[in-house]
Amino acid sequence: MAALTDLSLAALKAAMGKKEASAVEVTEAHLEKLDAHRALNAFIAETPDRARDMAKASDARRARGEAGLLEGVPLAIKDLFCTDGVPTTAGSHILEGFVPPYESTVTANLWKAGAVMVGKTNLDEFAMGSSNMTSHFGGVENPWKKKGDNRKLVPGGSSGGSAAVVAAYMVPGSTGTDTGGSIRQPASFCGVVGLKPTYGRCSRWGVVAFASSLDQPGPFARTVEDSALLLQGMAGHDPKDSTSAPLAVPDFAAAARNPDVKGLKVGVPKEYRVDGTSPEIVALWDKGMDMLKAAGAVPVEVSLPHTKYALPAYYIVAPAECSSNLARYDGVRFGLRVPGKDLIDMYQNTRGAGFGKEVRRRIMIGTYVLSAGYYDAYYKKAQQVRALIARDFKQAFEKCDVLLTPTAPTAAFAAGEKMDDPVTMYLNDMFTIPASMAGLPGISVPAGLDKDGLPLGLQLIGRAFDEETMLRAAAALETAVAFKARPAGY
Amino acid sequence: MSLDRDTVARIARLARLKVADEELAPLAGELSGILAWIEQLNEVDTKNVEPMASVSDITLPKRADKVTDGGIAEKILANAPGGAVYVEPTDKNAGGFFTVPKVVE
Repeated sequence: MAALTDLSLAALKAAMGKKEASAVEVTEAHLEKLDAHRALNAFIAETPDRARDMAKASDARRARGEAGLLEGVPLAIKDLFCTDGVPTTAGSHILEGFVPPYESTVTANLWKAGAVMVGKTNLDEFAMGSSNMTSHFGGVENPWKKKGDNRKLVPGGSSGGSAAVVAAYMVPGSTGTDTGGSIRQPASFCGVVGLKPTYGRCSRWGVVAFASSLDQPGPFARTVEDSALLLQGMAGHDPKDSTSAPLAVPDFAAAARNPDVKGLKVGVPKEYRVDGTSPEIVALWDKGMDMLKAAGAVPVEVSLPHTKYALPAYYIVAPAECSSNLARYDGVRFGLRVPGKDLIDMYQNTRGAGFGKEVRRRIMIGTYVLSAGYYDAYYKKAQQVRALIARDFKQAFEKCDVLLTPTAPTAAFAAGEKMDDPVTMYLNDMFTIPASMAGLPGISVPAGLDKDGLPLGLQLIGRAFDEETMLRAAAALETAVAFKARPAGY
Repeated sequence: MSLDRDTVARIARLARLKVADEELAPLAGELSGILAWIEQLNEVDTKNVEPMASVSDITLPKRADKVTDGGIAEKILANAPGGAVYVEPTDKNAGGFFTVPKVVE
């Protein structure tokens, strides 16, 4: 048998089911990988003691015949999910030392399904960033490197740590959150599968809030089937999140095991052919469509006329919601406190010292666009544009069943690049933000390597609450691509 | 829209963020750059378009107006950065307070 850490999540499940390995053995094997690759800085906190306890309990459950869907599977959790008794930082200085007295619904669902937590992964501060460079705990290194070039590359963001640990075979799966592309873009940069479910599919309760109308938890894994298994474990209606959809959880894994796309109409939005996208990515996109066509799918050109406005509209809506959500960090109830001469001074000192530059920028943009006299010109306008973006998708889905696009306009870039101008960094999410604004599910599938040997992903976007069709198409693409590359040394 | 130093100082005050004087000018430049880029939205005709606040089609559910938990004051106060004061030192879940700098004379 291959090394336990080389197995997919589904294969690990099968091996444990056949008693070829215990959860304790599986956990130990993965904890060794955490030791070996600590230099990536992918974890803010490792939780080996908890992992060993959870693995023992998992083996006991299996012995009693009570194995769950993810029984004994080691997972890494983005440090944006509150975990009972384990510090949760959101990558920010302002939450340093905060120990949640409760567990997020999504992680509670995963533990109920039998999964084992090995640690909390690094991320851009409050999930605001596309490179993982805004984390208070330092950037994460992408396990991939350009051929013949030893410079460190970013893993993407904001869920950069969660993408890197899966790419480096430290865990078979992890959780992330996606507000404008924070699962899909790092998945593309790290050569793994990243799935953002429909808004409302996974509960946001216990996830540190960034932009509440956009935030959505989702999984990373190395195969489409594994991502489907994880989503199945994470999803479900939660009365504690009023926007959680009261829908049963479908058998996502079954959909992913059925890569049948005969007659499936795959839309290609013409507005996604924009200047600035690497020609290699455009060629890969065409190749992806050819592969789906060869598998029986029918290509359809569609139009999403408001695509170019999704990004600027997002940079009103998301900062506005962030400025409201982050008002709670005031040095009173949790996290950092920096004393001041009076209460207001204490608030200002705490927030001035506790937030990093990018978070501060977004709070200020949000505060400005919501302030008296500017609300209609900015916030209302952005919400109207958002309605038009959602309408574009609705009309496109009258002509097709799923959309195929690139995930990101470039491959992973070097640490420190694109840091001079905030807007340059924002452009990373040009292909992921439109679906976020419409609340639609999207998945990034590794589709090839560029001339420098770096992975590139393609994105499939589905109808709301139709992750199953999206997974079917993603599995077909995965089968055709047969992506076998792995980063050297991992 | 170009923001000047005074406007940035006013926004920082509204957002309760301490910003050093020497950072106001660079911040004004960055924020003006972002806002100028955002203003391409003015090209879009949004006459008679209903603003979209949420993508959820569902009507937000209501629950009965009753207490669903409680009695966990100690847990809630455990993270208080300024320390907590308990009503009953022998029963911390009986209730308590977060502490802040003095606000009244």
